[in-house]
Amino acid sequence: MSSLEFEILATAMTVSAACAVPGAYLVLRQMSMVADAISHTVLLGIVLAFLVVPLYGHPLMVFGASMMGVVTVLGIDLLKRTGLVREDAAIGITFPALFSLGVLLISLLTRDAHLDEHMVFQGDLVYSVFQRLELAGRGYGPMTLWKMAGIFLLNGALALRFHRELKIATFDPVLAATLGISPSLVHFGLVLMTSVTAVGAFDSVGSILVIGFMVVPPVTARLLTDSLARYLGLSLLLGCASALGGFWIARTVNGSVGGSISLVMGAMFVVVLLASPRRGLVADWHRRRRQRVEFAVRMLVIHLFQHRALGQRTEENHAGHLEAHLGWSAEFSRRITELAEARGLIRRVDTHWLGLTSVGERQAEQALAG
Amino acid sequence: MQTMPPALEVNDLTVAYRDKPVLWDVDLQVPTGVLMAVVGPNGAGKTTLIKAVMGLMQPAAGSVQVFGEPAGRQQVRRIGYVPQRTSVDWDFPTSVRDVVAMGRYNRGGLWRRADRRDAERVARALATVDMEDLADRQISELSGGQQQRVFLARALVQDSDLYLMDEPFQGVDAVTEQSMVAVLRRLQEQGRTVLAVHHDLRTAPAYFDWVALLNVRLIASGPMATAFSECNLRETFGGSAPEWTTPPATTAA
Repeated sequence: MSSLEFEILATAMTVSAACAVPGAYLVLRQMSMVADAISHTVLLGIVLAFLVVPLYGHPLMVFGASMMGVVTVLGIDLLKRTGLVREDAAIGITFPALFSLGVLLISLLTRDAHLDEHMVFQGDLVYSVFQRLELAGRGYGPMTLWKMAGIFLLNGALALRFHRELKIATFDPVLAATLGISPSLVHFGLVLMTSVTAVGAFDSVGSILVIGFMVVPPVTARLLTDSLARYLGLSLLLGCASALGGFWIARTVNGSVGGSISLVMGAMFVVVLLASPRRGLVADWHRRRRQRVEFAVRMLVIHLFQHRALGQRTEENHAGHLEAHLGWSAEFSRRITELAEARGLIRRVDTHWLGLTSVGERQAEQALAG
Repeated sequence: MQTMPPALEVNDLTVAYRDKPVLWDVDLQVPTGVLMAVVGPNGAGKTTLIKAVMGLMQPAAGSVQVFGEPAGRQQVRRIGYVPQRTSVDWDFPTSVRDVVAMGRYNRGGLWRRADRRDAERVARALATVDMEDLADRQISELSGGQQQRVFLARALVQDSDLYLMDEPFQGVDAVTEQSMVAVLRRLQEQGRTVLAVHHDLRTAPAYFDWVALLNVRLIASGPMATAFSECNLRETFGGSAPEWTTPPATTAA
């Protein structure tokens, strides 16, 4: 791997890590769509800030541009509070307008600057590493890498320092308020963190991959664990792993790095959705099937128990009549009967009639007692 | 002898949603050391009363005093609040033990890390509400009654002097309800005050010793034996007779 390639990979992984921190909390707070809005409207912030401080990537410019994220969320909240527009629609109204204004301003005002329209949607990882950090005549690698590493460290430090505040304000805002934590301060702190990250990552990965990095790894991680600490760690790890996997694919097929990373994240999510040991769809399907069989065995035992007074040989306990009485298929009846027999819950009075064993009777009594 | 200030004193409290009053000029005194039920029909402003005391809703008029001092940030910290269990996201990735531990977060400031005493306190509270076996359970796996008990345990570790509970028995089975009432009694024995929104008029006299009857305005409040009269109940609930068609037993606990 050439040093340029290494720099591209390192930048992609750093951006993913920086995005995972606010992203994990946005997902827990059901604010994924807010990430979508912010990652678009910061474009307008970038353009406006660039007009005031024409130094792309300067910390002042990044901070100024980030205020647009706060403005976006304030706008959404205000619209929601009128009671006339719901939150999802408020998001859908606010961000296309602000984003379009940004695009329009770019095309009108900054024809020859570092901003151009194609970068807006996907950014350009490869291009972004050509901007070098130089101090006193010496080169220190790509500027974006340093910028994103700084943002990641800042996000991480804030998340560690305020992890209790973030946790309580997310889980139970009312308790937070009674403990002296302001839920709205936490809310806007997180919004600002999201905005700074989105602004910082804009030139390297653009808005779509920022949303991907913020939302997909946390959602995937949530399917794998129920512990908050492990969820946060996994979000970071899965983001970095997708960056690595995507980079490798892009290198192999000589395609877009950002596109490949997005694709890897999507694929990773689908695999986990299907195969997650506890929450995955496959595990769920197995569980349901097992539950269906277990329940059927109990139902058979109770059915025989309820009709035991009618004598040993009636239609109710005739093996061949279970289909009609319990609504089972012939195949299913045979399976359940065999299973219950193997467990010693029922016995065959003769070839056709079924009866309960003493174990089965006890079990039925217990089940009916509740 | 110095008279003790009431645990909670509400004066002329009016809370409105736009121009629709939810609470109309409520004056309520909750003496220290009582178990008081707040009773009233749906939309009577019971939850609003609690939220206004907690400073979670801005009153249009009136004042709230907690232990003789105006309810501000400092005083609110002396209150343990048990919200309706639907008020939080139970799918949050955390354990029962951790939720209860949240009640200790205000001890000695947010910088302080949880220590062994906190852990012991949390374990004891979980044992008090019969939840120690489920301490490491993910909270989404709990039943409604178990969720309610987690909230009660969390309030217990707060070591508050005044507890405000919004329907603590919601979704709880009869056996659990009895053990939760025993927990409330123990709080009372320790000199603490409990104000709880309660829906079941049949059990109110047995569980609580004081009552406030609320229907936007305060109809009556005082010891169960005097305030929980059929006349007051009729005024609170209007003509439509609720569960008290047989006159409620006025044997205060």
